[in-house]
Amino acid sequence: MVSFSAVAKRYPGGQEALKGVSFSIEPGELAFVTGRSGAGKSTLLKLIPAIERPTSGSVIVNGQNVGALKRAAVPYLRRNIGVVFQDQKLLYDRSVFDNVILPLAFSGHPPREAARRARAALDKVGLLAREKSNPIQLSGGEQQRVAIARAVVNRPALLIGDEPTANLDAESAALILEVFVGFNQVGVTVLIATHDQGLIGRYGKRLLRLDGGKIA
Amino acid sequence: MSPWLRQHRRALGLALRRLGILNALVIGVALSLPAGGYAILENLRGVAGRFALDTQMSLFLQPGAKRADAEALGKALRADRRIAKVRFVPREEALKELSSVQGLPEVIAALGHNPLPDAYVVTAVVPARGEAIEKLSSDLAKLPGVAHVQADAAWARRLAALASIGRLAIWLLSTLLGAGLVAVTFNTIRLQILTQRAEIEVSKLIGATDAFIRRPFYYLGLLQGVGGGLVALGIVWAGLGLLNREVRLLAESYGSGFRFGFLGAGDGFAVVLFAGLLGLLGAQLSVSRHLREIEPV
Repeated sequence: MVSFSAVAKRYPGGQEALKGVSFSIEPGELAFVTGRSGAGKSTLLKLIPAIERPTSGSVIVNGQNVGALKRAAVPYLRRNIGVVFQDQKLLYDRSVFDNVILPLAFSGHPPREAARRARAALDKVGLLAREKSNPIQLSGGEQQRVAIARAVVNRPALLIGDEPTANLDAESAALILEVFVGFNQVGVTVLIATHDQGLIGRYGKRLLRLDGGKIA
Repeated sequence: MSPWLRQHRRALGLALRRLGILNALVIGVALSLPAGGYAILENLRGVAGRFALDTQMSLFLQPGAKRADAEALGKALRADRRIAKVRFVPREEALKELSSVQGLPEVIAALGHNPLPDAYVVTAVVPARGEAIEKLSSDLAKLPGVAHVQADAAWARRLAALASIGRLAIWLLSTLLGAGLVAVTFNTIRLQILTQRAEIEVSKLIGATDAFIRRPFYYLGLLQGVGGGLVALGIVWAGLGLLNREVRLLAESYGSGFRFGFLGAGDGFAVVLFAGLLGLLGAQLSVSRHLREIEPV
């Protein structure tokens, strides 16, 4: 599903975020990327939907070499990858429902079908009752769940989360992880970056530990 | 409905919601100047053109000329190969014609006698150039018994020359204000892009194509231009209406039914189309310049 080989990423200014990272994630797998802040977790995840491009090495997602993808092809790649951002990136000028349905507008889904899918996604994260609220009225954990609903509304085969539990209390964080695990159980490949070792230990899943831009 | 069509409908809907009446009004006021000027010029050109094409001229005989002399002159005119048609207007007939004009019978009655001379109305062979007409009229003026030759084409040509200067001025004005329209649209779209910055950034992150993001802005530019064009037509229409109320009084006092006609359907359509395309151009310039700056990381 996702395969990194000897991936390095150097930012303009000389900062080396990744130094030769290689790993691969099988379809249907759930894996955690861990490491301290600044270890390169965010950079690693951003390479998958081509938000960043590798300086060297290759990033293969679903058989596509993402690093060499043409600019015009990037949106279509992103539609097949659900991304949950650390800061959610919700739009506060519209309702929860309108946030979740947004990705379906890009692909021109029929309105009724799109609405049905958006409600199904909200239902899966337990927020169907809040569809008319503005995201600002929701708690941090609820906003993160809205972000998850938006990430899965296109039914992607791959779901990635960049520190989705950061800034949440333990109970909300556990709930968020449960939602991710739930999607993994129905076959979605899931990759989550987190620095919260205690939280993920109990799942006994694969860990990719990043340290100083390398897999430790 | 195809996804493509659905996306266009969505973009159009968004653009309609974001469309500012004030912007369309500003554009409309600016465009109404050249559009109105063009309408007035077209009217004048119509008048001038009617006479300029006319190869007709009037020969007035000396007052009190004998009918026999007039007939001799008529023979000479008919012999001239540059002349296609000759019509004799006896002084009695001219008087009768004049009497039919409102207000004049009283004046004529007050004179007590017929002040009008006999006249010939001559039509030159077409096609006759401007210079040929001048030559003919000066030749005819030299014929014995002719007091005055009036070539209607002469003043019409002067009017047409004036009108062509006016047309040039309107083209200059259109170019300047067209550039202004592009600039206004450019700026509106820039502000709109800044307002939508968060949405654009998030949309790019989760799979929107550039075309999807640009489309509402293109529509906004197009609609704003079209709106401005329609406002301009409205202003011209209202302006000519007001003008015509005065023109009617003036024209009637000359016994004329002249009115400023509104722009033709083709011209009106051209104004709206032109404004729309310039709006689209402004949007395109703005979008290509400002959307690139919003690249999510």
